[in-house]
Amino acid sequence: MHAPISIRLRQIAAIMRLEVKKNFFGKRAFLVYLLALMPIGLLGIIAILPPQAREWLDFSGYPKLFSGIYSALILRTVIFFGCAWIFMNLFRGEIVDRSLHYYFLAAVRRDVLIAGKYFSGLVTSIVLFAGLTIVSMLLFFFPHFYAASVRFFLDGPGLTQLWTYVAITVLACVGYGAFFLVVGLFVRNPIIPALVLYGWEWINFLLPPLLKKISVIHYLNSLVPVPISEGPFAVVAEPTPAWISVPGLLIVTAVVMLLAGVRIRRMEIRYGSE
Amino acid sequence: MDEQDSNSQSEIRDPQSLILFDNVSKFYGEILGVNRVTLSLAPGITSLVGPNGAGKTTLMNLMTGLLRPTVGRVSVLGIPTDRPEQLFPKVGYCSQFDSFPRGLTGREFINAFLMVSGFSRKQSQDLTDEALARVDLMAAADRKIGAYSKGMRQRVRLAQSIAHHPCVLILDEPLNGLDPIVRAETIALFKDLAAQGLHLIVSSHILHEVDMMSDRVVLLNNGYVVAEGGIQGVRDEMEEHPMQILIRCNQPSLLAARVFRSDHVVEARLHNDRQGLFVKTRNADQFYLLLNEVVSQGEIELESVAPVDDDLSAVYEYLIGSH
Repeated sequence: MHAPISIRLRQIAAIMRLEVKKNFFGKRAFLVYLLALMPIGLLGIIAILPPQAREWLDFSGYPKLFSGIYSALILRTVIFFGCAWIFMNLFRGEIVDRSLHYYFLAAVRRDVLIAGKYFSGLVTSIVLFAGLTIVSMLLFFFPHFYAASVRFFLDGPGLTQLWTYVAITVLACVGYGAFFLVVGLFVRNPIIPALVLYGWEWINFLLPPLLKKISVIHYLNSLVPVPISEGPFAVVAEPTPAWISVPGLLIVTAVVMLLAGVRIRRMEIRYGSE
Repeated sequence: MDEQDSNSQSEIRDPQSLILFDNVSKFYGEILGVNRVTLSLAPGITSLVGPNGAGKTTLMNLMTGLLRPTVGRVSVLGIPTDRPEQLFPKVGYCSQFDSFPRGLTGREFINAFLMVSGFSRKQSQDLTDEALARVDLMAAADRKIGAYSKGMRQRVRLAQSIAHHPCVLILDEPLNGLDPIVRAETIALFKDLAAQGLHLIVSSHILHEVDMMSDRVVLLNNGYVVAEGGIQGVRDEMEEHPMQILIRCNQPSLLAARVFRSDHVVEARLHNDRQGLFVKTRNADQFYLLLNEVVSQGEIELESVAPVDDDLSAVYEYLIGSH
C-alpha cells in the first residue's frame, strides 16, 4: 500500500514548516547567526578601516582577494560549520530534546521524514548563506571603489561571479548538508567527525590528485570563478570541469541520502542511552 | 471471563484484529528488556503491570516500532511495526517522555503532527479541536506547552495520541500527573474508547485505577511475562500462592488460634481495628469448611467473610512484591 505522491509532498511540506521555523527561530539558531555575522563584521571593519597593503589599493586585484576570503572564510569555515550545526541538529538536536519520537509515531515513512528534514535544512542554509555570500561580496567591493564596482557588476564579470559564488554556496549546502545529516543520524557526538572532515578539507591542497577527489572542497574549488593559488606546497591537480563536479556532487549527495534512508528505517528511540 | 475462555477466544480471533508478540526478546546490549514474550492482545483494555524495569515501556515501544525486537516478531492488527505509514493511521501512542518540540502551543503541536501524518489543513484543524475538547484543554490550547503544568502536558500528549482516531491506543502511565477529577474523566474516556471496540494498552503503577478499568492484565517482572489474562483468571493461575480472606467477627484472636492449626492456613493476622482477621490459605474450599465448623460451635459470631485479594493489587503483590 503506497500513499499517493500528493500526500508524500504534503507530509514533506508539513515537516519543513515545523523544521524551518525551528531552524530560523529556535534557540539553536543563535550560533548560526553568529557564524553568518562573522564575515559581515570583518568586511564591515575593512569597509571602515581599509588595509593599506598594496593589493588593497588596486581594484583589479579585488576579485582575487574576494575569492580568497570566500574560499577560506565563507566556504571553508562559515558554511562548513553552519551546515554542520544546522544539519546535525535536525536529528541529533531532537534526540537531545527527546522529541524525535513524535515524528517516528506519525503515519509517515521514515525516508519521507529524512527528505523533509533535509529540505528544511537546505532552505535554512541556502537562505542564510546565499544571502551572506551576496552581502559579503557587495560589502567587499562597493565601499572602497564604488564607481569601479558599479561598472564591475553591471558591465563586467561581477554579476556572473556573484551568481557563481551563490551557486557554489548552494552546492556546498547540498553536499555538506547531506554529509552532516547522516553524521547526526549515525554518531552520538557529531563534533568529532565534523572536525575530522574539516581537517581533511583543509589539507586538501596537500593531497595527491586522487585523494583530492574524495572531498567536497575539491569540487567546489573547481567551480570558483577566480582561481587562487593554494600556496607553494600545494599539489597541483587539474580542476574538475563543472559538468563533472556538479553532477558528481549531486550523485554523491543522493547516495549519502539513500544511506540515511536505510539507517533511519532501522533506527530506534532510546533517549536514555544517548 | 476466565483465562481459558479468553485464550480460546483469542485463538479464534482474526489475527488482523490482534496485537501479536511472537517469541519476542529485546536486549539493550547485554541488558535484558523483555524475554521470550508471546502475547496475543484482543480489543478492550489491557493493562501492563509490573515494577520499574519490568519491561512495560519496552513492550509498548516494541508495539510502536520505536524499538525493534532482537528476536521474534511484533505485529499490530496484522501490520509489521516497521511500516509507520501503515501502522500509525491505526495506532496512537501516548508515551512517557515528558518532552515536546520547542516553542509550540498545544494546538500547534497536535495540528503539526496531524499534518505530518498527511491530513489536510482543514482536517487537521478539525481533528485538533476535537481532541483538545476531548481532554478538556481548549482553554489552554493557544498557550505554549512550555508554560503548561505537568497534568496539562499529560493531557496534550493524550490528545495528540487520540487526535487521528486510532483503533489501537497505547498509553504509558497515562494517569501520571492528573488531578483526581481529571483522572476519573480520563478513565471514563478510556472505558468509552474501549466500548467503541478499541484496543487500549495501558501501563500504570496506580493499581487501583488499573483494576477499575482493565479487562485483562499482563503482569511483567524482570522482562518476563509472569501471568496474563482476566484478573480472576490470573488469580486462579497462581494456585501455589495463598489466598487471603478477611473475616470480620467478634473474637478474631480466638478464630486465629482455631484456624492456624490447619495445614493449609499459612498466616493469620489481626486487622488493625482488631475486629477482623486476615487469613492466608492455600486451600480456600477447605478453609471455608473449617470456618463453618468453628462457627457452628457457637463461640464466634461472624459478621462477614470476603476474599481480599481478587483485585489486581493483590495479584501484583503476590507475583512481584513478594519476589
